[in-house]
Amino acid sequence: MLTEQEQQAIAEELRHYPQPRAAVSEALKIVQRHRGWVSDESVRDIAAALSLTPDEVDSIATCYSMIFRRPVGRHVILLCDSVSCWIMGANPLQAQVGALLGIGPGETTADGRFTLLPCACLGACDRAPAMMIDDDLHVDLVPEKLGELLERYA
Amino acid sequence: MERPLTQHIRPDREPLTLREYEQVGGYQAARRALQAAPREVTEQVLKSNLRGRGGGGFLTGQKWSLVPPDDHNGPKYLVINADEMEPGTMKDRWLLEGQPHQLLEGVLLSAYAIQARVAYIFLRWDYKLAARRLQQALAEAYGQRLLGANILGTPFCLDVHVHTSAGRYMCGEETGLLNALEGRRPTPRSRPPFAVTCGLWGRPTAINNVETLCCVPHIVQRGGEWFRALSRSPDDGGTKIYGASGRLRKPGLWELPLGTTAREILMEHAGGLADGYRFRGLLPGGASTDFLVEQHLDVKLDFASVEKAGSRLGTGTMVVLDDRTCPVGLVLNLMQFFARESCGWCTPCREGLPWLARTLQALEDGLGTPADLDVLEAHVRAIRPGHTFCALAPGAMEPLGSALKYFRPDFERHVADRRCPWRAG
Ligand SMILES: Cc1cc2nc3c(=O)[nH]c(=O)nc-3n(C[C@H](O)[C@H](O)[C@H](O)COP(=O)(O)O)c2cc1C
Ligand code: SF4
Ligand code: FES
Repeated sequence: MLTEQEQQAIAEELRHYPQPRAAVSEALKIVQRHRGWVSDESVRDIAAALSLTPDEVDSIATCYSMIFRRPVGRHVILLCDSVSCWIMGANPLQAQVGALLGIGPGETTADGRFTLLPCACLGACDRAPAMMIDDDLHVDLVPEKLGELLERYA
Repeated sequence: MERPLTQHIRPDREPLTLREYEQVGGYQAARRALQAAPREVTEQVLKSNLRGRGGGGFLTGQKWSLVPPDDHNGPKYLVINADEMEPGTMKDRWLLEGQPHQLLEGVLLSAYAIQARVAYIFLRWDYKLAARRLQQALAEAYGQRLLGANILGTPFCLDVHVHTSAGRYMCGEETGLLNALEGRRPTPRSRPPFAVTCGLWGRPTAINNVETLCCVPHIVQRGGEWFRALSRSPDDGGTKIYGASGRLRKPGLWELPLGTTAREILMEHAGGLADGYRFRGLLPGGASTDFLVEQHLDVKLDFASVEKAGSRLGTGTMVVLDDRTCPVGLVLNLMQFFARESCGWCTPCREGLPWLARTLQALEDGLGTPADLDVLEAHVRAIRPGHTFCALAPGAMEPLGSALKYFRPDFERHVADRRCPWRAG
């Protein structure tokens, strides 16, 4: 069941489009914001809310890299693995995440604190390497200072 | 040197409020233009020779001229492409974060030119700060009747919506973007019909890049001829936001006359290569452009000159390859990106790109054979415009084909030495 809050937020989005279907990616993000990820049940609920079939909603959910169809940790680390960051040392950075947290791409720490996801260019290439943790952009990263940065995310 | 697009952007990118923007001349162009015929905006843009800054370089005034002026059977749309997912590109972020009102004024003027009643800003999912600032600027503009119903007391009405994406490179391809906006998967649409006559929900739609639209207030305010003369190249008007990333002393973004040479950007603005690194090549405008090398450093970075040198200006933000970075590894990185972002609609791209990525990976791992280089070459020949539904896969061939041309000995060394010469051990 979608909560009243979620339903309201989706209704708000519908006003921007002439057809309800257009709000599907927003609806997915709304649910994800409240629950951390999008379950099969949520896919069915969103489908009902927008007069779509669950398959139609899932076809959208699964094509976007920022819609999570599996649970993620409390904080999501998006490590840019595109070209400028690769040149400037994205690989050592990823190795450092592995050393500190014991996780590789796509994995979540056992305590559910962090999920590491590789992601495409974050539009901060002049300050590479870059990553986002939740909604925060971090740039000019060096592996030695990564531990300190991660400490800020409890 | 004039820098109309960025002169009022603060170093910390804290944007101007509506009032501050108006104090430096903001919305004057809109006030004047809305008193005149819509066609006059297009006329000035035609005179300015403004070409699209999203990568394709299509003449903006010409695109708008293709939108049917007398179609009143429903709304016409303006869509602002702020998806910016081309690896190596970070220019629209600067404009979105630093000067949102400039974009909104550009949207207002451009929508007026084609008589669009609704505009969607299609924003990349991770530009969170830009999203907040755009919403703030929108609220201010609606509050002062610069948007909404009867703008500035005229009959013109325009609603502007911000749509944030959820992360797919294909959403930047213009017909993929239209599908995404409609709530469908971002696969491209077959053309014709073109979006200018049959776009969003089947209605006439102009799609333009953020930087393109940010030029429009200045063109209207100071005239198309003035804008055209800002450029150093006869065929392209205006300034361009150039950028550079890689092992450089001062990577960054600069607004410069169109037609500034690669050498000037690299040596003067970016300060040259970082200590201990030497220049080997550059991708002039993002991941899907051909390498330029030493012999091209004095090429003017405008659309026509870069094409003559065998590449494309693309987004104008260059990625620099240095001598301590493996060119095969770099192309592998790009190919992995393209393979991952392929929408899977057509076979050469869906099957070909992962195969190329695996072949490049094998070379990097010391498992490559001479025949692998032929496999790479064969794909570059086969996957070309017209053989795929959209430009993603042909775009992916540009860095690969040019790397094989300019860095062939490096590829061969991977095969002969059975290892990547740049990898330790
Ligand atoms: C795969 C692909 C991705 C693209 N991504 C973007 C993008 O993120 N931003 C953009 O403005 N144009 C992008 N383009 C180009 C657009 O299709 C389109 O040409 C452009 O938005 C038109 O605006 P302009 O004429 O103002 O340049 C992309 C093209 C392709 C083929
Ligand atoms: S070229 Fe690739 S991205 Fe473009 S339509 Fe074909 S499969 Fe999709
Ligand atoms: S390549 Fe990493 S931010 Fe652009």
